Amino acid sequence: MTTMVGAPVDPKPDATPPGPGRRAGVGRLAALLVSPTLIVLALVVAYPIISAVRLAFYRQSDGIDPQTGILIKGDEFVGLDNFFDMFRGDTGDRFLNALLNTTTFTVVAVGLEIIVGVLMALVMHRAFRGRALVRASILVPWAVPTAIAGLLWRWIFQADGVANDLVPGAPILWTADGPPAWLAVVIADTWKTAPFIGLLVLAGLQVISNEVYEAAKLDGATPWKTFWSITLPLVKPALLVAVLFRILDTLRMFDLPYTLIGPGKDATDTVTVLAFEEAVKFGNYGQASAYSVALFIYVATVAFVFVKLLGADVIGAQRGRKR
Amino acid sequence: MPTHRAVGTTPVRKTHRSTAIRLAAIAAVAVTAAACGSGDPAPAPGAGNGTPAALEGVGPITLASGKDTSGNMQKQVDEWNKLHPDQKVTIVELPESADQQRQQMVQNAQAQSDAYGVLNLDVVWTAEFAANQWIVALPENEFPLDKLLPATVETGKYFNKLYAVPTTSDGGLLYYRKDLLDAVGAQPPKTWAEMQEICEKVKADNASLDCYAGQFEKYEGLTVNFSEAVNSAGGVVVGEDGKPNVNTPEAAKGLQFLVDGVKSGMIPAEARTYKEEEGRRAFQAGELIFHRQWPYQYALANASDGSSKVAGKFAVAPLPGLDGPGASTLGGHNYAVSAFTPNKKTALDFIKFMVDEKQQRANLMATSQAPTWAALYDDAELVEQFPYLPFLKASIENAQKRPSVVKYQEVSTAIQEAAYSAMSGEVAPADALATLQTKLEQLTAS
Repeated sequence: MTTMVGAPVDPKPDATPPGPGRRAGVGRLAALLVSPTLIVLALVVAYPIISAVRLAFYRQSDGIDPQTGILIKGDEFVGLDNFFDMFRGDTGDRFLNALLNTTTFTVVAVGLEIIVGVLMALVMHRAFRGRALVRASILVPWAVPTAIAGLLWRWIFQADGVANDLVPGAPILWTADGPPAWLAVVIADTWKTAPFIGLLVLAGLQVISNEVYEAAKLDGATPWKTFWSITLPLVKPALLVAVLFRILDTLRMFDLPYTLIGPGKDATDTVTVLAFEEAVKFGNYGQASAYSVALFIYVATVAFVFVKLLGADVIGAQRGRKR
Repeated sequence: MPTHRAVGTTPVRKTHRSTAIRLAAIAAVAVTAAACGSGDPAPAPGAGNGTPAALEGVGPITLASGKDTSGNMQKQVDEWNKLHPDQKVTIVELPESADQQRQQMVQNAQAQSDAYGVLNLDVVWTAEFAANQWIVALPENEFPLDKLLPATVETGKYFNKLYAVPTTSDGGLLYYRKDLLDAVGAQPPKTWAEMQEICEKVKADNASLDCYAGQFEKYEGLTVNFSEAVNSAGGVVVGEDGKPNVNTPEAAKGLQFLVDGVKSGMIPAEARTYKEEEGRRAFQAGELIFHRQWPYQYALANASDGSSKVAGKFAVAPLPGLDGPGASTLGGHNYAVSAFTPNKKTALDFIKFMVDEKQQRANLMATSQAPTWAALYDDAELVEQFPYLPFLKASIENAQKRPSVVKYQEVSTAIQEAAYSAMSGEVAPADALATLQTKLEQLTAS
């Protein structure tokens, strides 16, 4: 990149492609070609973010005219009040509880998904009859829209559903509230997204050269040793990217708790569910924006720490350097 | 008055002068209406009883409503369209869930979109839509309000002004297994204690049956069922004066009924996950002796196609209470005119058409939805077809409406939180009610 930008400007910018003039004006042309994308990004990414942050400092006035009962409309600037409310009183309890749910969902569900996903990838990588069928069927859950999956799991988990037929003893109220509801969401989420990790890990497995395995076999390594010393280190870059994506995705989890358990349940309300309820149901856009901004900061921090600590190679810098 | 308006709406190109004349005519109508319309001595400039000047404009409109499951709404609209080819009404079908219907209507109103002309509002949304001025005040004298059940008309009012006209109503009924009650020689219960007694007698022979269920999942249905329990014990959630008054011994007894029911197993544990449909499945599978449900269950549970095991084996009664008959929560839907539609006169006429006896009768026949036209409940022919009508009328007449507050969604959520946490045994009923009272005071303070 640096050499391109620093290249001397050629006096003949319109020269034919193969000639030496091709580099001329490339920077300017590149800027021109990229600008539509940048404008679109500014419109659909930058503007909503800035607007949401601005909204987080306002609160809708909710007074009504005592004579007619008509709402007195208008937004008032409340400074950081919306943010302070997230940590005090009733709203504070709800938010911190939601933040805890979001975090525990992420840690437990992504942890399970890594284990199940890697196993799926190992199975899909094997050469055996009907491999195509297995691969396709493993990927099906990932292709089902999450909201639909939530409804399907709701049937499974309802009081007289299949889940209770499988579990001995008195029926468990999975969709009510409390630990069973939390577990139901974790199970559904693992089912839904382990294939995603499996898919990315499978891609990682396929680029590992067979010679490495042959060498290990000649040295008499056990399958277990081979997995820990060869397979896992070599798929680590792919796995880390998959895990990072899953973490970011799970931190903003909304559809599963909302459709499977329903809003307003202490055990499964995530920050996104809270923000949705505030905005769409109660019309408190200020508070909802504050929740979203807080989640935004949380997600950004987690992603940053993850990349720094584990060195997840998200932008492909590693591979570029190797070449 | 109608003649004046007809002049104002002739679809002929006008010069500026005739526009001025037209405006003058409208103003004259407005003044006349304000002067003689209500006979109210208190002057209310610009916001008189009628506000007829606002309701003009004819042309095609839309009717935003929940799913037209029976197809009858389309039939009614077709009939209107045949009579008014230049003012066609198109149905905009919204999702089945009431929350989602409301969300779409609110979003359209916030965008000031004219996509929806007439809104089919749930009775509890009136205050919110009126306070936001998303719907317009309607002239009361244009509608046959005296022919409708008074309780239903109240749901369309906000600050003494009519904003919506009730087209369907709803009241809770106690569905009971007549065959089982007859077997033990019991009459339908009037009180909760009687209900429990009967259950014990019935369960002596049928141990696998559950006694009672309603709608106890954490959603609007729980607000309904909690309010019913409180009202049936002589308490209120929000009083006549609009002030919450739920931290009372009466309300505590109501909530205690639900809490004890879950604790003793009289209400099965599964019922805490029941919405209308889950409960209906349980009742139709013959698992419940008593079930608090809306009238729509009657036809479905009586279906003889094998989908219901209790067809012909059940009957309905008024809801039981603490010391005598209980009070239902009022449900139903009202039609309102969007503030953003240009064709308000058509919208008004269309509502008049739909609220009329003829259409309500047709709707009852086709959908078994509770009408608001009082006389229909006493019609022998209809009672024969819908034997629950007399009970339903009693249920609606005694019904209490849910709080009419702008922040209804938040109020309802707070009620659900209190009832749900008490019924799950997490919070003591008294504490739940005390917390609820504080929350409701905050939400209704203006």
